[in-house]
Amino acid sequence: MSWARRALAVAWKDLAVERRSKETLNALVFFSLLLLFVFQFTLGSDRERLAAVLPGVLWLGFVLSALLALGRTFLVEREHDCWEGLLLAPGDKSAIYLGKLVGNLALMLLVETLVLALFIVFFDIDLGRAMPGLLVVMLLGTLGLAAVGTLFAAMTANVRARELLFPVLLLPVQVPVLLATVKATEGLLLGEPLAAVAHWVKLLVAADTVYVIVSLLTFDVVLEG
Amino acid sequence: MTLDPIVRVSDLRKVFGFVRVLDGVSLDVRGGEAVALLGANGAGKTTLLKILATLVRPTRGTATIAGHDVVRAAETVRPLLGVVAHGAWVYDDLTARENLKFWSTLGGLHADADDLAAALAGVGLDRVADARVRTFSAGMKRRLSLARVMLGRPRVLLLDEPFAGLDQRAKKWLEERLEALKAGGAALLMVTHSFGRELGVADRLAVLAGGRIALDTPRGSLGPDDIQRLYAVHTEDTP
Repeated sequence: MSWARRALAVAWKDLAVERRSKETLNALVFFSLLLLFVFQFTLGSDRERLAAVLPGVLWLGFVLSALLALGRTFLVEREHDCWEGLLLAPGDKSAIYLGKLVGNLALMLLVETLVLALFIVFFDIDLGRAMPGLLVVMLLGTLGLAAVGTLFAAMTANVRARELLFPVLLLPVQVPVLLATVKATEGLLLGEPLAAVAHWVKLLVAADTVYVIVSLLTFDVVLEG
Repeated sequence: MTLDPIVRVSDLRKVFGFVRVLDGVSLDVRGGEAVALLGANGAGKTTLLKILATLVRPTRGTATIAGHDVVRAAETVRPLLGVVAHGAWVYDDLTARENLKFWSTLGGLHADADDLAAALAGVGLDRVADARVRTFSAGMKRRLSLARVMLGRPRVLLLDEPFAGLDQRAKKWLEERLEALKAGGAALLMVTHSFGRELGVADRLAVLAGGRIALDTPRGSLGPDDIQRLYAVHTEDTP
Protein backbone atom coordinates (compact mmCIF):
# COMPACT_ATOMS: atom_id res chain seq x y z
CA MET A 1 0.00 0.00 0.00
CA SER A 2 2.80 2.36 0.94
CA TRP A 3 4.57 1.46 -2.32
CA ALA A 4 1.50 2.38 -4.37
CA ARG A 5 1.01 5.61 -2.37
CA ARG A 6 4.60 6.61 -3.03
CA ALA A 7 4.26 5.85 -6.75
CA LEU A 8 1.06 7.90 -6.90
CA ALA A 9 2.71 10.77 -5.02
CA VAL A 10 5.54 10.92 -7.58
CA ALA A 11 3.12 10.77 -10.53
CA TRP A 12 0.89 13.43 -8.98
CA LYS A 13 3.88 15.67 -8.21
CA ASP A 14 5.26 15.43 -11.76
CA LEU A 15 1.89 16.14 -13.36
CA ALA A 16 1.11 19.00 -10.96
CA VAL A 17 4.50 20.64 -11.60
CA GLU A 18 4.05 20.23 -15.37
CA ARG A 19 0.44 21.45 -15.31
CA ARG A 20 1.51 24.64 -13.55
CA SER A 21 4.84 25.31 -15.26
CA LYS A 22 3.99 23.84 -18.70
CA GLU A 23 7.74 23.87 -19.39
CA THR A 24 7.89 20.54 -21.23
CA LEU A 25 4.39 20.69 -22.69
CA ASN A 26 4.89 24.07 -24.37
CA ALA A 27 8.19 22.94 -25.90
CA LEU A 28 6.69 19.66 -27.13
CA VAL A 29 3.65 21.28 -28.73
CA PHE A 30 5.81 23.87 -30.49
CA PHE A 31 8.27 21.19 -31.63
CA SER A 32 5.44 18.99 -32.92
CA LEU A 33 3.95 21.89 -34.88
CA LEU A 34 7.34 22.56 -36.48
CA LEU A 35 7.63 18.90 -37.45
CA LEU A 36 4.18 18.94 -38.99
CA PHE A 37 5.04 22.00 -41.08
CA VAL A 38 8.22 20.32 -42.31
CA PHE A 39 6.35 17.12 -43.18
CA GLN A 40 3.60 19.09 -44.91
CA PHE A 41 6.10 20.98 -47.07
CA THR A 42 8.06 17.81 -47.85
CA LEU A 43 5.15 15.54 -48.69
CA GLY A 44 2.84 18.07 -50.30
CA SER A 45 -0.57 16.87 -51.45
CA ASP A 46 0.48 13.62 -53.17
CA ARG A 47 -2.01 11.18 -51.58
CA GLU A 48 -0.19 8.03 -52.70
CA ARG A 49 3.14 9.15 -51.33
CA LEU A 50 1.43 10.29 -48.14
CA ALA A 51 -0.28 6.94 -47.62
CA ALA A 52 3.07 5.15 -48.03
CA VAL A 53 5.00 7.26 -45.54
CA LEU A 54 2.30 8.33 -43.06
CA PRO A 55 2.86 5.54 -40.48
CA GLY A 56 6.59 6.24 -40.38
CA VAL A 57 6.14 10.01 -40.31
CA LEU A 58 3.54 9.78 -37.54
CA TRP A 59 5.78 7.66 -35.33
CA LEU A 60 8.82 9.75 -36.16
CA GLY A 61 6.91 12.71 -34.73
CA PHE A 62 5.93 10.71 -31.65
CA VAL A 63 9.46 9.40 -31.06
CA LEU A 64 11.18 12.77 -31.49
CA SER A 65 8.81 14.49 -29.08
CA ALA A 66 9.16 11.53 -26.67
CA LEU A 67 12.95 11.94 -26.72
CA LEU A 68 12.55 15.54 -25.61
CA ALA A 69 10.03 14.73 -22.89
CA LEU A 70 11.78 11.64 -21.51
CA GLY A 71 15.20 13.29 -21.47
CA ARG A 72 13.88 15.87 -18.98
CA THR A 73 12.37 13.31 -16.59
CA PHE A 74 15.14 13.46 -14.00
CA LEU A 75 16.70 16.77 -15.04
CA VAL A 76 13.72 18.39 -13.31
CA GLU A 77 14.88 16.77 -10.07
CA ARG A 78 18.40 18.08 -10.55
CA GLU A 79 17.18 21.58 -11.38
CA HIS A 80 15.19 21.66 -8.13
CA ASP A 81 18.05 20.08 -6.14
CA CYS A 82 15.70 17.23 -5.27
CA TRP A 83 17.75 14.35 -6.68
CA GLU A 84 19.34 13.55 -3.31
CA GLY A 85 15.91 13.67 -1.68
CA LEU A 86 14.69 10.94 -4.03
CA LEU A 87 17.79 8.86 -3.32
CA LEU A 88 17.28 9.17 0.43
CA ALA A 89 13.62 8.17 0.31
CA PRO A 90 13.41 4.94 2.28
CA GLY A 91 11.87 1.85 0.72
CA ASP A 92 11.78 0.30 -2.72
CA LYS A 93 12.84 2.84 -5.36
CA SER A 94 10.75 1.10 -8.01
CA ALA A 95 7.81 3.17 -6.67
CA ILE A 96 9.63 6.28 -7.90
CA TYR A 97 10.12 4.61 -11.30
CA LEU A 98 6.44 3.72 -11.58
CA GLY A 99 5.39 7.25 -10.60
CA LYS A 100 7.75 8.77 -13.16
CA LEU A 101 6.53 6.30 -15.81
CA VAL A 102 2.87 7.21 -15.20
CA GLY A 103 3.72 10.94 -15.38
CA ASN A 104 5.66 10.49 -18.62
CA LEU A 105 2.98 8.30 -20.14
CA ALA A 106 0.25 10.87 -19.40
CA LEU A 107 2.31 13.73 -20.87
CA MET A 108 3.34 11.79 -23.98
CA LEU A 109 -0.20 10.55 -24.68
CA LEU A 110 -1.49 14.10 -24.36
CA VAL A 111 1.06 15.39 -26.88
CA GLU A 112 0.50 12.42 -29.22
CA THR A 113 -3.27 12.96 -29.20
CA LEU A 114 -2.67 16.59 -30.13
CA VAL A 115 -0.18 15.62 -32.87
CA LEU A 116 -2.60 13.03 -34.24
CA ALA A 117 -5.41 15.59 -34.34
CA LEU A 118 -3.13 18.04 -36.17
CA PHE A 119 -2.06 15.30 -38.62
CA ILE A 120 -5.71 14.71 -39.47
CA VAL A 121 -6.22 18.43 -40.08
CA PHE A 122 -2.91 19.12 -41.88
CA PHE A 123 -3.04 16.11 -44.21
CA ASP A 124 -6.81 15.92 -44.56
CA ILE A 125 -6.98 12.21 -43.73
CA ASP A 126 -9.94 10.19 -42.50
CA LEU A 127 -9.02 7.83 -39.65
CA GLY A 128 -12.61 7.00 -38.73
CA ARG A 129 -12.44 3.18 -38.90
CA ALA A 130 -8.79 2.91 -37.98
CA MET A 131 -9.03 5.13 -34.92
CA PRO A 132 -9.89 2.54 -32.18
CA GLY A 133 -7.07 0.23 -33.30
CA LEU A 134 -4.71 3.16 -33.72
CA LEU A 135 -5.38 4.28 -30.14
CA VAL A 136 -4.51 0.78 -28.87
CA VAL A 137 -1.25 0.79 -30.85
CA MET A 138 -0.47 4.33 -29.67
CA LEU A 139 -1.00 3.36 -26.04
CA LEU A 140 1.15 0.23 -26.27
CA GLY A 141 3.89 1.89 -28.34
CA THR A 142 4.05 4.86 -25.99
CA LEU A 143 4.23 2.57 -22.96
CA GLY A 144 7.21 0.79 -24.52
CA LEU A 145 8.94 4.09 -25.26
CA ALA A 146 8.23 5.53 -21.82
CA ALA A 147 9.18 2.35 -19.93
CA VAL A 148 12.75 2.21 -21.23
CA GLY A 149 13.02 5.99 -21.63
CA THR A 150 12.27 6.59 -17.95
CA LEU A 151 14.90 4.05 -16.90
CA PHE A 152 17.55 5.42 -19.28
CA ALA A 153 16.74 9.00 -18.27
CA ALA A 154 17.66 8.08 -14.69
CA MET A 155 20.78 6.26 -15.92
CA THR A 156 22.05 9.25 -17.90
CA ALA A 157 20.90 12.05 -15.57
CA ASN A 158 24.32 12.32 -13.93
CA VAL A 159 26.61 11.86 -16.90
CA ARG A 160 28.14 14.40 -19.22
CA ALA A 161 26.81 14.60 -22.78
CA ARG A 162 23.58 13.02 -21.56
CA GLU A 163 21.65 14.72 -24.38
CA LEU A 164 23.70 12.66 -26.86
CA LEU A 165 23.91 9.50 -24.83
CA PHE A 166 20.20 9.25 -24.05
CA PRO A 167 18.89 8.75 -27.62
CA VAL A 168 21.93 6.66 -28.56
CA LEU A 169 21.07 4.24 -25.73
CA LEU A 170 17.31 4.38 -26.12
CA LEU A 171 16.67 4.00 -29.83
CA PRO A 172 18.43 0.64 -30.42
CA VAL A 173 16.47 -0.91 -27.56
CA GLN A 174 13.27 0.46 -29.06
CA VAL A 175 13.65 -1.40 -32.39
CA PRO A 176 10.98 -4.05 -31.59
CA VAL A 177 8.53 -1.35 -30.42
CA LEU A 178 9.18 0.92 -33.41
CA LEU A 179 8.93 -1.96 -35.88
CA ALA A 180 5.67 -3.23 -34.38
CA THR A 181 4.06 0.21 -34.06
CA VAL A 182 4.90 1.34 -37.59
CA LYS A 183 3.80 -1.97 -39.14
CA ALA A 184 0.59 -2.10 -37.10
CA THR A 185 -0.19 1.55 -37.91
CA GLU A 186 0.46 0.87 -41.61
CA GLY A 187 -2.00 -2.01 -41.62
CA LEU A 188 -4.65 -0.04 -39.74
CA LEU A 189 -4.32 2.96 -42.06
CA LEU A 190 -4.75 0.63 -45.06
CA GLY A 191 -8.14 -0.31 -43.61
CA GLU A 192 -7.22 -3.66 -42.04
CA PRO A 193 -8.97 -4.59 -38.79
CA LEU A 194 -7.00 -4.80 -35.53
CA ALA A 195 -7.17 -8.62 -35.70
CA ALA A 196 -5.17 -8.53 -38.95
CA VAL A 197 -2.24 -6.82 -37.18
CA ALA A 198 -2.63 -8.84 -33.98
CA HIS A 199 0.87 -10.37 -34.35
CA TRP A 200 2.38 -6.86 -34.17
CA VAL A 201 0.17 -5.98 -31.22
CA LYS A 202 1.32 -9.17 -29.46
CA LEU A 203 4.93 -8.17 -30.05
CA LEU A 204 4.16 -4.77 -28.52
CA VAL A 205 2.52 -6.33 -25.47
CA ALA A 206 5.47 -8.70 -25.01
CA ALA A 207 8.03 -5.90 -25.38
CA ASP A 208 6.12 -3.64 -22.97
CA THR A 209 5.86 -6.42 -20.38
CA VAL A 210 9.58 -7.18 -20.56
CA TYR A 211 10.57 -3.48 -20.50
CA VAL A 212 8.36 -2.59 -17.53
CA ILE A 213 9.35 -5.64 -15.45
CA VAL A 214 13.08 -5.28 -16.16
CA SER A 215 12.92 -1.55 -15.41
CA LEU A 216 11.06 -2.09 -12.12
CA LEU A 217 13.62 -4.69 -11.06
CA THR A 218 16.71 -2.68 -12.02
CA PHE A 219 15.69 0.87 -11.13
CA ASP A 220 17.00 0.62 -7.58
CA VAL A 221 20.48 -0.26 -8.86
CA VAL A 222 20.33 2.48 -11.51
CA LEU A 223 19.31 5.19 -9.06
CA GLU A 224 21.81 4.20 -6.38
CA GLY A 225 24.53 4.08 -9.06
CA MET B 1 23.15 14.19 26.20
CA THR B 2 23.41 10.40 25.80
CA LEU B 3 26.65 8.61 26.59
CA ASP B 4 26.76 6.28 23.59
CA PRO B 5 27.41 8.02 20.28
CA ILE B 6 24.60 7.88 17.73
CA VAL B 7 26.99 8.83 14.93
CA ARG B 8 30.25 6.91 14.92
CA VAL B 9 32.85 7.40 12.20
CA SER B 10 35.97 5.27 12.32
CA ASP B 11 39.06 5.57 10.13
CA LEU B 12 36.98 6.70 7.17
CA ARG B 13 38.71 7.11 3.83
CA LYS B 14 37.38 8.33 0.52
CA VAL B 15 39.34 8.54 -2.70
CA PHE B 16 38.03 10.20 -5.88
CA GLY B 17 40.32 9.11 -8.71
CA PHE B 18 43.79 10.08 -7.52
CA VAL B 19 42.52 12.55 -4.93
CA ARG B 20 42.38 11.36 -1.32
CA VAL B 21 39.61 13.50 0.14
CA LEU B 22 39.20 11.73 3.47
CA ASP B 23 42.21 9.96 4.92
CA GLY B 24 41.31 8.32 8.21
CA VAL B 25 38.54 10.44 9.70
CA SER B 26 37.25 9.37 13.12
CA LEU B 27 34.45 11.26 14.84
CA ASP B 28 31.60 10.57 17.27
CA VAL B 29 28.41 12.55 17.89
CA ARG B 30 26.17 11.75 20.84
CA GLY B 31 22.43 12.22 21.11
CA GLY B 32 21.58 15.74 22.23
CA GLU B 33 24.94 16.99 21.01
CA ALA B 34 25.77 19.31 18.14
CA VAL B 35 29.15 19.15 16.43
CA ALA B 36 30.23 21.90 14.05
CA LEU B 37 32.48 20.66 11.27
CA LEU B 38 34.86 23.33 10.01
CA GLY B 39 37.36 23.19 7.19
CA ALA B 40 38.65 24.95 4.12
CA ASN B 41 37.03 24.48 0.71
CA GLY B 42 37.68 20.98 -0.57
CA ALA B 43 38.58 19.64 2.88
CA GLY B 44 35.97 16.91 2.52
CA LYS B 45 33.24 18.21 4.86
CA THR B 46 30.39 17.69 2.40
CA THR B 47 31.83 14.33 1.36
CA LEU B 48 31.78 13.21 5.00
CA LEU B 49 28.20 14.40 5.33
CA LYS B 50 27.21 12.59 2.14
CA ILE B 51 28.78 9.35 3.35
CA LEU B 52 26.81 9.61 6.60
CA ALA B 53 23.68 10.38 4.57
CA THR B 54 24.23 7.11 2.61
CA LEU B 55 24.64 9.07 -0.63
CA VAL B 56 28.33 8.28 -1.16
CA ARG B 57 30.15 5.05 -0.36
CA PRO B 58 33.43 5.30 1.55
CA THR B 59 36.57 3.72 0.09
CA ARG B 60 37.58 2.30 3.48
CA GLY B 61 36.60 2.57 7.12
CA THR B 62 33.19 2.47 8.75
CA ALA B 63 30.44 4.88 9.63
CA THR B 64 27.42 3.92 11.70
CA ILE B 65 24.20 5.68 12.66
CA ALA B 66 22.55 4.26 15.80
CA GLY B 67 24.70 1.16 15.35
CA HIS B 68 23.71 0.58 11.70
CA ASP B 69 26.39 0.65 9.02
CA VAL B 70 25.64 3.40 6.48
CA VAL B 71 26.72 1.20 3.56
CA ARG B 72 25.39 -2.24 4.47
CA ALA B 73 22.23 -1.04 6.23
CA ALA B 74 21.49 2.13 4.24
CA GLU B 75 17.75 1.37 4.15
CA THR B 76 17.67 1.12 7.97
CA VAL B 77 19.71 4.30 8.38
CA ARG B 78 17.71 6.55 6.03
CA PRO B 79 14.53 6.85 8.15
CA LEU B 80 16.72 7.93 11.09
CA LEU B 81 18.22 10.85 9.19
CA GLY B 82 17.17 14.42 8.57
CA VAL B 83 19.25 16.06 5.88
CA VAL B 84 19.39 19.77 5.13
CA ALA B 85 21.65 20.01 2.11
CA HIS B 86 22.77 22.96 -0.02
CA GLY B 87 19.54 22.75 -2.00
CA ALA B 88 16.26 23.06 -0.12
CA TRP B 89 14.63 20.06 -1.89
CA VAL B 90 11.52 21.99 -2.81
CA TYR B 91 9.55 22.18 -6.04
CA ASP B 92 8.91 25.79 -7.00
CA ASP B 93 5.58 25.05 -8.67
CA LEU B 94 4.08 23.27 -5.68
CA THR B 95 2.78 25.04 -2.60
CA ALA B 96 4.53 24.75 0.76
CA ARG B 97 1.84 22.34 1.97
CA GLU B 98 2.05 20.23 -1.20
CA ASN B 99 5.84 20.03 -0.92
CA LEU B 100 5.58 18.77 2.66
CA LYS B 101 2.84 16.32 1.74
CA PHE B 102 4.91 14.95 -1.14
CA TRP B 103 8.08 14.42 0.89
CA SER B 104 6.20 12.91 3.84
CA THR B 105 4.43 10.41 1.56
CA LEU B 106 7.68 9.57 -0.22
CA GLY B 107 9.38 9.12 3.14
CA GLY B 108 6.72 6.63 4.18
CA LEU B 109 5.35 8.95 6.89
CA HIS B 110 1.62 9.10 7.44
CA ALA B 111 1.33 12.81 8.05
CA ASP B 112 -2.28 14.00 8.07
CA ALA B 113 -3.50 17.55 7.43
CA ASP B 114 -3.03 18.48 11.10
CA ASP B 115 0.57 17.22 11.13
CA LEU B 116 1.36 19.25 8.00
CA ALA B 117 -0.30 22.36 9.42
CA ALA B 118 1.60 21.97 12.70
CA ALA B 119 4.92 21.51 10.88
CA LEU B 120 4.28 24.63 8.79
CA ALA B 121 3.23 26.61 11.85
CA GLY B 122 6.38 25.40 13.61
CA VAL B 123 8.53 27.12 11.01
CA GLY B 124 6.30 30.18 10.71
CA LEU B 125 5.01 29.37 7.22
CA ASP B 126 1.38 28.66 8.12
CA ARG B 127 0.17 31.90 6.55
CA VAL B 128 1.78 31.09 3.20
CA ALA B 129 1.05 27.35 3.31
CA ASP B 130 -0.91 27.47 0.08
CA ALA B 131 1.35 29.85 -1.80
CA ARG B 132 3.65 28.48 -4.47
CA VAL B 133 7.23 28.10 -3.31
CA ARG B 134 8.34 30.06 -6.40
CA THR B 135 7.34 33.20 -4.50
CA PHE B 136 9.42 32.31 -1.40
CA SER B 137 12.71 33.90 -0.36
CA ALA B 138 15.80 31.73 0.23
CA GLY B 139 15.17 31.96 3.98
CA MET B 140 11.57 30.77 3.62
CA LYS B 141 12.72 27.84 1.48
CA ARG B 142 15.25 26.95 4.15
CA ARG B 143 12.48 27.03 6.76
CA LEU B 144 10.31 24.80 4.60
CA SER B 145 13.25 22.43 4.29
CA LEU B 146 13.51 22.33 8.09
CA ALA B 147 9.76 21.68 8.40
CA ARG B 148 10.25 18.67 6.12
CA VAL B 149 13.07 17.42 8.31
CA MET B 150 11.18 17.93 11.57
CA LEU B 151 8.13 16.11 10.25
CA GLY B 152 10.21 12.91 10.20
CA ARG B 153 11.43 13.37 13.81
CA PRO B 154 14.99 12.33 12.89
CA ARG B 155 17.51 11.01 15.41
CA VAL B 156 20.39 12.49 13.44
CA LEU B 157 20.49 15.80 11.62
CA LEU B 158 23.06 16.39 8.92
CA LEU B 159 23.22 20.07 8.04
CA ASP B 160 25.32 21.53 5.24
CA GLU B 161 25.79 25.23 5.91
CA PRO B 162 22.30 25.62 7.34
CA PHE B 163 22.77 29.35 8.06
CA ALA B 164 23.93 30.27 4.57
CA GLY B 165 21.74 32.90 2.92
CA LEU B 166 19.70 33.64 6.03
CA ASP B 167 19.21 37.11 7.51
CA GLN B 168 19.84 37.76 11.23
CA ARG B 169 16.25 37.09 12.27
CA ALA B 170 16.11 33.84 10.36
CA LYS B 171 19.46 32.79 11.86
CA LYS B 172 18.14 33.39 15.36
CA TRP B 173 15.02 31.44 14.50
CA LEU B 174 17.07 28.52 13.14
CA GLU B 175 19.31 28.51 16.23
CA GLU B 176 16.25 28.13 18.43
CA ARG B 177 14.92 25.26 16.34
CA LEU B 178 18.25 23.45 16.38
CA GLU B 179 18.48 23.89 20.15
CA ALA B 180 14.99 22.40 20.44
CA LEU B 181 15.99 19.41 18.32
CA LYS B 182 19.08 18.91 20.49
CA ALA B 183 16.94 19.08 23.61
CA GLY B 184 14.78 16.38 22.05
CA GLY B 185 17.81 14.08 21.90
CA ALA B 186 18.81 14.44 18.27
CA ALA B 187 22.48 14.36 17.24
CA LEU B 188 23.50 17.26 15.00
CA LEU B 189 26.45 17.37 12.64
CA MET B 190 26.69 20.75 11.01
CA VAL B 191 29.08 21.90 8.28
CA THR B 192 29.80 25.61 8.45
CA HIS B 193 32.26 28.22 7.23
CA SER B 194 31.19 30.77 9.79
CA PHE B 195 32.88 31.50 13.12
CA GLY B 196 30.20 33.84 14.40
CA ARG B 197 26.98 33.30 16.29
CA GLU B 198 26.12 30.34 14.03
CA LEU B 199 28.48 28.28 16.15
CA GLY B 200 26.43 29.10 19.24
CA VAL B 201 24.42 25.94 18.86
CA ALA B 202 27.55 23.71 18.66
CA ASP B 203 28.81 21.83 21.72
CA ARG B 204 31.97 20.69 19.97
CA LEU B 205 34.10 21.93 17.11
CA ALA B 206 35.84 19.58 14.70
CA VAL B 207 38.27 20.92 12.11
CA LEU B 208 38.82 18.81 9.02
CA ALA B 209 42.19 19.33 7.34
CA GLY B 210 44.44 17.11 5.25
CA GLY B 211 41.69 14.50 5.11
CA ARG B 212 41.68 14.04 8.90
CA ILE B 213 40.08 15.57 11.97
CA ALA B 214 42.89 17.95 12.90
CA LEU B 215 41.11 19.34 15.95
CA ASP B 216 38.20 18.05 18.01
CA THR B 217 37.48 20.25 21.03
CA PRO B 218 34.55 21.32 23.20
CA ARG B 219 33.37 24.77 22.20
CA GLY B 220 33.15 25.80 25.85
CA SER B 221 33.76 29.47 26.19
CA LEU B 222 35.73 29.87 22.97
CA GLY B 223 34.88 33.14 21.27
CA PRO B 224 34.90 33.80 17.53
CA ASP B 225 38.51 35.08 17.65
CA ASP B 226 39.72 31.98 19.51
CA ILE B 227 37.96 29.73 17.03
CA GLN B 228 39.39 31.70 14.11
CA ARG B 229 42.90 31.34 15.56
CA LEU B 230 42.53 27.60 16.20
CA TYR B 231 41.09 27.12 12.73
CA ALA B 232 43.96 29.04 11.10
CA VAL B 233 46.57 27.00 13.00
CA HIS B 234 45.12 23.71 11.82
CA THR B 235 44.10 24.57 8.28
CA GLU B 236 46.49 27.31 7.11
CA ASP B 237 43.32 28.93 5.77
CA THR B 238 43.91 32.50 6.94
CA PRO B 239 42.24 35.69 5.78
